[in-house]
Amino acid sequence: MSESRTTRLSAIRQIALMRLRLFYREPGAMFWTFGFPLVLSFVLGIAFRSRGPEPVVVAVEAPADVPLARAEQAHAILSAGTDVVARRMSPPDAEIALRTGKVSLVVVPTSTGYAYRFDPTRPDSRLARAVTDNLLQRADGRTDTFQPELRTVTARGARYIDFLVPGLIGFGLMSTGLWGIGFSLAEMRTKKLLKRLMATPMRRTDFLFAFLVVRAVLLLTELPPLLLFAHFVFDVRIAGSLVSLVLIALLGGLTFAVMGLLLASRAENPQVVSGLINVASFPMYLCSGVFFSSSKFPDVMQPFIRALPLTALNDALRAVMIEGASLVSVGRELAICAAWGLGCFALALRLFKWR
Amino acid sequence: MHEPELAVRCRGLVKRYADVTAVDGLDLDVRRGECFGLLGPNGAGKTTTVEILEGLLEPTSGEVEILGRRWKTDEAWLRQQLGVSLQETFLPERLTVREILALFRSLFERGRDVDSAIDLVALREKEHARYAALSGGQRQRLAVACALVGEPKLLFLDEPTTGLDPQSRRMLWEVVLAFKKQGGSVVLTTHYMDEAERLCDRVGVVDHGKMIALGTPKELIDSLGGSQIVEITLATDAEETLAAVAAALRSAPGVQHARAQVGRVVLTVTELHVALPAVLAELRTRGQDLTNLSTHHATLEDVFVTLTGRALRE
Ligand SMILES: Nc1ncnc2c1ncn2[C@@H]1O[C@H](COP(=O)(O)OP(=O)(O)O)[C@@H](O)[C@H]1O
Ligand SMILES: [Mg+2]
Repeated sequence: MSESRTTRLSAIRQIALMRLRLFYREPGAMFWTFGFPLVLSFVLGIAFRSRGPEPVVVAVEAPADVPLARAEQAHAILSAGTDVVARRMSPPDAEIALRTGKVSLVVVPTSTGYAYRFDPTRPDSRLARAVTDNLLQRADGRTDTFQPELRTVTARGARYIDFLVPGLIGFGLMSTGLWGIGFSLAEMRTKKLLKRLMATPMRRTDFLFAFLVVRAVLLLTELPPLLLFAHFVFDVRIAGSLVSLVLIALLGGLTFAVMGLLLASRAENPQVVSGLINVASFPMYLCSGVFFSSSKFPDVMQPFIRALPLTALNDALRAVMIEGASLVSVGRELAICAAWGLGCFALALRLFKWR
Repeated sequence: MHEPELAVRCRGLVKRYADVTAVDGLDLDVRRGECFGLLGPNGAGKTTTVEILEGLLEPTSGEVEILGRRWKTDEAWLRQQLGVSLQETFLPERLTVREILALFRSLFERGRDVDSAIDLVALREKEHARYAALSGGQRQRLAVACALVGEPKLLFLDEPTTGLDPQSRRMLWEVVLAFKKQGGSVVLTTHYMDEAERLCDRVGVVDHGKMIALGTPKELIDSLGGSQIVEITLATDAEETLAAVAAALRSAPGVQHARAQVGRVVLTVTELHVALPAVLAELRTRGQDLTNLSTHHATLEDVFVTLTGRALRE
């Protein structure tokens, strides 16, 4: 008995070692696991970084039938305002500048006052209208009825990068889980390695166990690079507890690993598994709130989107990282993940073709 | 414990696929300490048979006993006793010889240590080389080492030397003979005659899923009724002419069998010195020009051709 226990432990150890070695000796896998999320977070973090308040850019036209001084006066008033950049332009130039977005609004002096030419569907145009109108009216003698007290805040965690990093973690857990398990199992089946191992006394449960253990270990090494990178480059903080974050990542990562097991349970070659993994992951990639919030989709779709494991995982990761939520408060999301994991595991065990 | 006499015993083995019957009622006994060869052309059903014996395929019907036990009831025990080399396995390309052997060794309760397995197949120089960097012969030697690392009682080798260089083939033969010498039983498939004659105590010739001949290599060759094969090529290769010549030669002195094959006539003769003059005389009277005549000692290849009318490798 003890002899067979030692054998099983050393078998599990050797199978796990095989998985680890095959992983770190595969440069492609290393890049997709560790490098890609860093590159993606860097590029997107730079592209969508929050800038300081941007000035409103407006054009002041000088029409032929109005004295030039009126246009000069309007330009002087606007230029004196903070947050406004005013440019003198000929009517045709102003027309083009407005259309191409170089200016948000065109001020046209008229015989009685001013005309504003702008596009009310553009937020920057609407903002420019309000700011411009305010400055011109005040200069013309309008007085404010009260002086508002200004209380400004800059919320941490409200930037795009704060939203993005948990999404990238969830996305990474999905990709490495599905590909790392699904693809390598299908490859082992194609190459008859699975069959060869089944001709030895190896136990199936030991084999699966070793695979999942390696997945868990690898996913723990996937988290730190992205978190540290986001912390030092973009000052992304974890509002909640790190332990909660790791536990959620473990649950999510294993859920997707088991899903990869299911997708690979029958496939005779890696191409079939690639197709299945793409079909399974694409809807989640789009709808589960990796790059933008899943609440942007219509209400009728929401129940389905909420039920996807990646939506649940991303929501839980964001709740902990941004809002500092506890494990208990994301219980619903964790339950959804766990249900997917257990369901896929039960199905995979029934369907899996070992020989 | 009572040791059963047979390493393998199977009766009425059948394996049907949707469109073919791969194994069609096969009986097979392999004695302990014996090396048994399954001989047959591609598609004969050798791999299917062996994989059923290895417990990797379910037969459609039939009984299988391995070392006196059955797969249904004693799989865990049987797996510890068997060494298997499949016809085709790609081991993990990025693992080294040593790592692969350590993996396989860890799966068995008992076995030889990794170093002795490496020496057994003379892969010491390649110990730290990755599988991807091995030649075909080295890969096959590693596959056999993986089959032997658990110190099996019964070894299955499916086409162990197909496509290998002569040196690797001889090296593997030595390994098999050494295993047998220590009391191990072997079932191997091959379509090389020399391999079967060199390694196998008994040979079963398989065609279309049936065992069409069984015995020691010598018995099978003797069953041809002659120990020399004569092949004759004529100026013509018209089928009717060849058939007529074969029919006429059948009654020539010293000739046991005569068959027309594509482009030639093949004779099985007992005494070459008696048969040859008679054959030449017959050809002369029939006015046929001889373009080539060759003779060789009968082999298992000839047994197969005689039984099926087809060559073993086509
Ligand atoms: N999984 C399968 N499905 C359908 N036909 C198969 C399968 N495996 C083998 N066969 C067929 O069974 C026959 C015997 O094959 P096999 O046992 O591989 O022959 P051998 O090893 O003697 O070359 C062949 O006609 C082959 O095409
Ligand atoms: Mg075969």
